Parts: sequence; C-alpha cells; structure tokens
Amino acid sequence: MLRFVLRRLIATPLLLLGVATVAFFLSQMTKGDPLSAIVPERQMNNPEIVAAAKEKWGLDKSLIERYGLYIGNLVQGDLGVSFTTRRAVSADLGERLPATLELVMAAMLIATVVGITLGVLSARYRDRSVDYISRVFALLGSSLPVFWSGLLLLFLFSVQLGWVPGPGRLDARSVAPPSITGFYTVDSLLNGNIPLFFESLHHLLLPSIVLAWSVIGVITRLVRSSLLEVMGQDYVRTARAKGAGEGRVMLNHALRNALIPTLTIIGFSFAYLITGAVLTEAVFSWPGVGSYAVSSARSLDLPGIIGVTLVGSLAFLVANLLTDIAYAFANPRVKLQ
Amino acid sequence: MTRTETVASSIATQTAPLLEVRDLKVTFNSPDGAADAICGIDLSVGAGEVLGIVGESGSGKSVTMMALMQLLPASAQITGSARFRGQELVGATSSTMRQLRGARIGMIFQDPLTAFNPVLTVGAQIVEALRLHEKDLSKKAAWERAVELLAEVSIPQPDRRATQYPHEFSGGMRQRAMIAMAIANRPDLLIADEPTTALDVTVQAQIMDLLNRLREERNIGLILITHDLGVVAGAADRIAVMYSGRIVEQGSVDEVFYNPRHPYTRGLLAALPKIDGEAGPLVAIEGTPPSLRNRPAGCAFRPRCSVSVERCSTIVPALLSLNGVETACHRSEELQRISA
Repeated sequence: MLRFVLRRLIATPLLLLGVATVAFFLSQMTKGDPLSAIVPERQMNNPEIVAAAKEKWGLDKSLIERYGLYIGNLVQGDLGVSFTTRRAVSADLGERLPATLELVMAAMLIATVVGITLGVLSARYRDRSVDYISRVFALLGSSLPVFWSGLLLLFLFSVQLGWVPGPGRLDARSVAPPSITGFYTVDSLLNGNIPLFFESLHHLLLPSIVLAWSVIGVITRLVRSSLLEVMGQDYVRTARAKGAGEGRVMLNHALRNALIPTLTIIGFSFAYLITGAVLTEAVFSWPGVGSYAVSSARSLDLPGIIGVTLVGSLAFLVANLLTDIAYAFANPRVKLQ
Repeated sequence: MTRTETVASSIATQTAPLLEVRDLKVTFNSPDGAADAICGIDLSVGAGEVLGIVGESGSGKSVTMMALMQLLPASAQITGSARFRGQELVGATSSTMRQLRGARIGMIFQDPLTAFNPVLTVGAQIVEALRLHEKDLSKKAAWERAVELLAEVSIPQPDRRATQYPHEFSGGMRQRAMIAMAIANRPDLLIADEPTTALDVTVQAQIMDLLNRLREERNIGLILITHDLGVVAGAADRIAVMYSGRIVEQGSVDEVFYNPRHPYTRGLLAALPKIDGEAGPLVAIEGTPPSLRNRPAGCAFRPRCSVSVERCSTIVPALLSLNGVETACHRSEELQRISA
C-alpha cells in the first residue's frame, strides 16, 4: 500500500509536467492576441509601448524560449503573472482554490449522503412510488442546467422566502476570518468566531445543494443498479438463510458491496466539480477557481489559463489516488501494488 | 405391501419425522405464463437421517428446498404442507421463518466462494450468524465461538483464519467454514445443496466425512441435494430421485441402487461409468428434460423412455410403494419382475 502511494506520488509531478506542456502549446495556438489583454486598445498603435509590453511579458521571445522559461519557473512553483490581475497566478489560485474546495467538499458530502440514501430507497422499493420520485428528483438534478436551477432556487429561497442569504461567501459587511485553511467555516471556528461560522455555513448551504444536486443523479442511479445486481448474488441468499432480515441483508451485506463501484463515481465527481463548479460559482458570486477560469479565458490570460488547467489536473490526480486507496479499503480482494 | 397402499401411510414412522413435506407445489408466475416447477412432492427426514435428493439440473431439487425456506422470489407461489417439528412452514410469517433459518435449519450452498460475502471476514460472518439468533451474546464471546466452530470443522489455525476474507481460503476450507456457519446455532436440520460439486474429488470426500461426523455427533437430519450419485451412495440412508418437478423413485439407498424400478433411475445408474467394467463409450439417457411450461401430458419422462406404453402419454403415474420402494411408473411392477 505505502509503495503504491509513493509510486503514484512520484508520478504526479511528471504527469503535471506533461499537462503543463500540452496546456502551454495549446494556449499558444489560440487565434487571439494576448497583447490585447495587456495593452489598452488606444495604445496599440504605439510601437514603443507594444514593444515594451512584449518585452516585459516575454512575448518577444521565441515559442521554445518561452516554453523553457515557463517550465523553469513552474518547477520553482512560479506559475507566472496574470495578465489581468497583474498578480502571481499562484497567489490568485491560492486564494480561490480554498473557496472552491470548501464549496465542492460540502456539495460532495450532501451528494454522497443523499445520493446513496436515494439509491438504497430506490432499490428497496423498486418500481414503487418512492423509486419513481427519487429517480425523477435525480434525473432533474442531472438534466437541469445549474445556471437555471441555481437562479431559480436563489430566487425562491433567498429573495422570496429569505431562508438563505444572497450570493457570496459572507454577508456584504462581514470580514473574512484570518486565513488558516482558507475555508471560512473552518477558519471562523479556529478563531472561535461562532456567529461567523454560522454565517459562512448559511452562505455555503444553497450553492452546495445546487452543486450537489447536479451529481446526485449519477450516484443514485449507480447505487440503485449495483444494489439490485448485488441482491441477486449468492451471498445475499446466504445472509437470508442465516436468518437475517431484509434491512440487515440490504445494508450490511448488499450495500457494502454495491458501494465499491460507487466509490469510483464519487471520486470522479469530486475532481469534476473542482473545475466544473464554474456555473454555480458564477450564479452565487463565489470567488473560486471556476470564476477565475472564466475570466482568464475571456481575456486570453495565458498564465491564468494554464494555472487553472494545472489545478484541475492535480485535482483529478489526487482524487484518483484517494479513490484507489479507498477502493483497497472497501474491497479486501484488491491489493494495491 | 400392495400397490394400492398410499404414500402417506407407508412413510409413517415410529417417531414423528423432523421434516414432513406433503403435496408441495411451486408455481412461478411470470408474464409468459405460469410454470409449475414442483408438481406435488412428499418427503420426510428424521433426526440423524440423511436423505439424498438426486436429479438433473432443473429437476426441482433446489427449488424444493428454497421453497421450504421461503427463499424463492415473490413470483413463486407455494402450496401444500411442510411441517418442521410439527410447525407449518408453508405460509409461515417472515419473522417465524427468520427465527428458523440459520437457527433450527442450517443451509450449505454449492459454491462457497460466491456464498460468502467477499467484503466481510469469515469470522465476522459466523459471528453474525450466532448473534442473529442469540441477541445477548457479546461480540467477544461470539468471536470465540466462531473460532471454536472453525476448529470443530478441522480448519487449522482457526483464530488466524477467522480474521481472513473468503478469497484467502481454499475451496475446501471455504466449504468447511460454510458448514461451521451453518451449524453455528446447533440446527436440527441441515440442508446441503450440492455441497461438494465445486470441489476436487479428494476434498469432496473430506467434506462428506465432515458432514457425516457432524450428523452422528449432533444427531442432525441432513438433506443432501446432488446430481452426483456417488455422493449419495456413500452418505445417504434414503434417496429420492426427482425428475421434472416430481419424485419418481424413493426408497432406501440399497434398494434404489441395487434394484431400481423406474426407467429414469435405471438410466441414471447405467450412465455411471463402472470401474470394473470394460472401457467403452459413456452411456447417456437420450434426449433432454422437458421445459416446465411445456411438460408432455402423462409421464414427463415418457419422451425419453424406452419402455413407455400408451397410457404413459395420458396418465401421470402416481408414486406408489412396491416392496419398500416408492416408484412413479406405470410399469414398475413388470420392470421389477424382469430385473428380479
């Protein structure tokens, strides 16, 4: 197990290097001119300013030179400077990644609990009304675009009912807790600021539900179908022959086995949401990686784009590794090596 | 004895049997129509007795046992009577059945690899079997009992083995562990469904020895379902031959083996390769068993039978006693005379 993890950890930087290379060359092949993001439009005719800008941002060098420079800096943890925010990309991402992680973790927690519960209910009461309701609920979440369901729920629960606060991570006048983890809920607790903790939790509630809803469907469907498949296995019959009741058979024997394939989809959903929370972040003005990706892409901010790409890749690699480890724990037949 | 004597009276024994099945029928309802899997069978097993049930795949051996235990899907409709120590099983509530299953009636299945839950240790699964029926048994005490049970079925290093998962066991060891789990609550009756089919021949013999030892030590009634006549010959006291949802011949092992009346039983025995015979082509019964939805009228074996007569295609032969053996064949009397 330890050797497996170590090997994967050693491979991770190499994979990221590959991703950075592909992302670098792809971004250089874009049609637009990154200078337009740097130089104001009416200065574009001024050759001196253009030349100075090119030199400052390294755009006067050849492609290979720029690639060498970029990778050289990357190895030292320098992702370059954003064309738009004029700050180090690593600093930008360092602020935004915790916001996204906090949102995605909360969403995955909800999605896992609700998704598995609905899947179990659907399988237990197969082809009955509970099954239909939970499947329609899951299907709606998968098929409704988040910008629509998010806006609708925001309008209903925030504007109309006032149950949850408006967009943002905190109320407009509140000050963020001193950053320790970057998770406002955790940081406010660590600072002993209980009201701020509840405020940040309150703000987290609706966006994480909206985000969770979009992946609940996949989890529910997989749990339902795996459970129904597992319920036909010999060991389920053995459990019944031992005198176990239906509830025990399903939760203690069938679900444990049905969750093994589900782990994979949960790990994948997690990684997917890190970069896929774009729309939710936009609707809820959540200052995360997703909204950063959008603004970088719109202004051809090449360092920003590659930075987001690397974060997304890293999220996938880490999620995959964690999934594999969890898989080995859940399935004693699997030996990691 | 005469042919008119009925089955019920001939089976009546000195003591009430452990399990007494009367006219058990199982019908599977499906959108394609109803299929009669079991068309009325009578069985009985006494304490310490071994009843072998033999027949081809699909003859209804397993379905019969699953029906008794109410382990069939809801589409199965069960009628008739099955009394276990006087208690009616057909139509019993699910809570009654839960109290019997694993406690008074233990079950052993064909493939111990798939019959154990792959994600739980063998020890944990035996502990579960114990604690399901002995609610106030502590986890620690149950674990100790599980280890003792593994030792009782001759598993070496039982304390270490209990912590292992089923896939870490060999086939024979797994079947031993399955038996340990089945006898955990000291059942009166053990149903073994093809317990040796998935095992090597040498291991088969060990498992049969183990079952036999447990039966003697604990006076357990054993129902041994198999398609392997060799296994029944060595282990069973009585044998019931099933064909297409009916019992076609039933009697003591010696009687049935040395003096079979039913053409199907004769065919089965003739198909056994003989160790002292001359090497030659393997003998087989021509044809295949009929489908459950499309049974021929009269005797289900008639299309494959070499001695069938006209009434075989119209009248279902009743299971009648003839010199201590019950046979369901219109010509059993003649056949016995020919062979005698």
